[in-house]
Amino acid sequence: MNQDILSIKLGGAAGQGIKSAGLMFAKVASRSGYNTFDYTEYPSLIRGGHNMMQIIFSKAEITAPIKKTDLLIALNPETLNKYLDELEEGAGAVFDETINVDSLKFKNGVNKFPVPLSKFAGESGNKDLFLNTVALGALAALVNANLDILKELINEEFGDKGEEVVNKNYHAAESGYNHAKENFSDKIKNFLTPLENPPLRIIVNGNDAIAMGAIAAGMQFAAIYPMTPITNILYILASNQEKYGYIYKQPEDEIAAINMAIGASFAGARSMVATSGGGFCLMTEGYGLAGMTETPLVIIYGMRPGPATGLPTWTEQGDLHFILHAHQGEFPRIVLAAGDAKEAFELTMQAFNLADKYQTPVVVVVDKDICENDQTFSNFDISGFNIDRGKFAKDNQSDYLRYKIEEDGISKRTIPGNGTYLIGNSDEHNETGYSNEEPENRKQQMQKRMRKLLTCKANDMPTPKIYGPENADVTIVSWGSNKGSILQAIKNFNNVNYLHINWINPFPVEFVKQALGNAKKIIDVECNYSGQLAELIRQKTGIEISEKLLSFDGRPIYPEDIIEKINEVLKK
Amino acid sequence: MKLEELTTPCKPTWCPGCGNFGIWGAFKNAAVEKGWDNTNSVLVAGIGCHGHMINFVKLTSFEGLHGRALPVATGIKLANHRLNVFVFTGDGDCLGEGGNHFIHACRRNHDLTIILHDNALYSLTTGQASPVTPHGTKTKSSPQGNLDEPFSPLALAIASGATFVARGFSGDLPKLKELLIKANEHKGLSVIDILQPCVTFNKQYTNEFYRENSYQLPNDYDPTNKEKAFTKALEWARLQSPEAKADGGQGEKQIPLGILYQVEKPSYESQVKQIAQKPLAENTVEKRDLQDLFKKYS
Repeated sequence: MNQDILSIKLGGAAGQGIKSAGLMFAKVASRSGYNTFDYTEYPSLIRGGHNMMQIIFSKAEITAPIKKTDLLIALNPETLNKYLDELEEGAGAVFDETINVDSLKFKNGVNKFPVPLSKFAGESGNKDLFLNTVALGALAALVNANLDILKELINEEFGDKGEEVVNKNYHAAESGYNHAKENFSDKIKNFLTPLENPPLRIIVNGNDAIAMGAIAAGMQFAAIYPMTPITNILYILASNQEKYGYIYKQPEDEIAAINMAIGASFAGARSMVATSGGGFCLMTEGYGLAGMTETPLVIIYGMRPGPATGLPTWTEQGDLHFILHAHQGEFPRIVLAAGDAKEAFELTMQAFNLADKYQTPVVVVVDKDICENDQTFSNFDISGFNIDRGKFAKDNQSDYLRYKIEEDGISKRTIPGNGTYLIGNSDEHNETGYSNEEPENRKQQMQKRMRKLLTCKANDMPTPKIYGPENADVTIVSWGSNKGSILQAIKNFNNVNYLHINWINPFPVEFVKQALGNAKKIIDVECNYSGQLAELIRQKTGIEISEKLLSFDGRPIYPEDIIEKINEVLKK
Repeated sequence: MKLEELTTPCKPTWCPGCGNFGIWGAFKNAAVEKGWDNTNSVLVAGIGCHGHMINFVKLTSFEGLHGRALPVATGIKLANHRLNVFVFTGDGDCLGEGGNHFIHACRRNHDLTIILHDNALYSLTTGQASPVTPHGTKTKSSPQGNLDEPFSPLALAIASGATFVARGFSGDLPKLKELLIKANEHKGLSVIDILQPCVTFNKQYTNEFYRENSYQLPNDYDPTNKEKAFTKALEWARLQSPEAKADGGQGEKQIPLGILYQVEKPSYESQVKQIAQKPLAENTVEKRDLQDLFKKYS
């Protein structure tokens, strides 16, 4: 096994508890002081399909899934069939001892770890229910993890289901653990030996991070219709609403979602929606309504492969142009794109401030791989964040103008019910808000709205970050979840750097123009067919990027793919 | 508050004789009587001739998208349930484009007052068939006669769970004013289907037609009886061909006006614990500590 990074694949049928078991083991590693990254593959089914979770551990930070597999934990025969090819010399597979592996082709030097998974699970109380826990026990032994930490997590997970359930799970974990200790002692690797004084950390995915960011930022109203990959945001928001005092509402569709959020925001509540591409198609008329009525709104957009239903549970970044151009006509839209869960947390918090300051929709774009891949982070720090609700007029004004022409484009807001007469109008309107079709008024209102982007660019847009050496032979430019794979890949080079774009609109034109203008060779990395960021860069800067690494098969771009592309370009 | 205080600089743009004038007048009279003002009320409108109303009443308002007035109003009410929220909508807006929202707003019993301007046509777009245009009617979009059957918005509202379902007539301001006040006082979802003429495009449903064929529900009518309410809602379901008489040839008036159905049931907002003490919008937005949440993720 590679001693720097350990990659485990845990596979089984949908319904076998792959994700919950995998996440529990990731926490074992995290509490032992290691960094983890988890990547999940599953079909759009509740039962019967194949689920796989890759759990990667390292002492160093790890930011992406990798192609190699050190240990395969197969809860069913199909898992062996699908992933056996990935096991090289020194790797191993845990499987039920009753599976006949004679017909399977193990490469030379691959260890077989047959364990009576089903038998032990049955002895613990249920041969199906406890199967994953037996496997976790065996896995813990094979990587020399601390069984007590696993049991501590079992207790936390099942404690509210009663002592009996906890004890049955303990029994299952201990059976697997003891069996592996006794039978495979010569193959045990001291990989997860607990480190002393491990720091307090969290394992979160983008959905967790976005929900936390919204809660931290004082969100008051969320209307979210379920849709992969953002559904978990609504679970977290729904289950915490009473504790934190905001309202989560499940609407009848995404059209209702965005209009409810606009209504709540008009009435003064910090409001958000979250959806994926199909849902956003329904939201597009509301998107422009927020722009026209100058109503603050945060839209969380989790991309998945389209068009139509597409590949519902896989990843892609095919919606960049759509988000930038959706809705008829023109209005100021702020579009931010997170590169990982931590960025998603920070951009979500910032999005609420930007929406209030600029009184316009702010989209935070993530992709399925950010939404659902878990990663170890230090506890998020919100000490530097301050709520900014933007410009508000005093209550009970008699000469209030909702859409007053202002140099910075931002008129003072007010809310219904404080005595001030206020109009929100989707028709073009005059400064008061009355419908108005005069050409001069139209021109002034349009210019006022669009000036907000200039103000935002000048006051709030940071310069993009470049990772790696200042002077490089190759500069990679990308966005979204590719960030993790790229950072992982460029560790192998001392002459490659990475320009990460996370403000899409307004766009950091001057900085990107300079950074890419000076670059020796540029590679654009994206999970879409046409290289939409590269197209945007060309539109904004005139720079054409000819070297592209594009993937649109629903799978992530792996660090290995990027290393190969860098080497290819370096040779040219 | 005086009636003049509701006047805006904008002159109504409706056709002379339009039923919207009656609804406008009745609403303003009710507002003056009950003190609906900018400290306690907000109007939400969809798109259609009715939607222009927001320009002619000096009360805080939001004119949204075609068909989407209800979800906007729902959001406003959830954010500030102390406000009277009046939803102005049309038969095309509410029952066509926004039909789904109508069903679900009724089902949830939000404390909203829906003022349904019902002229049985799309009139702002110059006279196409709407979901309540009778079968066989010739319109610009149904030159051979409308093949679609109309449905009863009142029966749909009752079936969907609305707790106050009434029918009004734009030509009877005093009665309409009373209905608007009762609808707003009702805790839960109120719908008033207001029959109004479209003097430009609807030659069938004229002021005279409604006057001749409508009657007020008698004092002893029991609006809590759901079965009876359905019967009343379907008594005049606009199912007849344009040639048929509204009275079915029996010489009796067949369009009941008044409160067809009213029951007490907790409104959606009254069940939301987070707003039991005060409205969301009255809370200052504050940064929230996450230490408790972090524990679940460590």
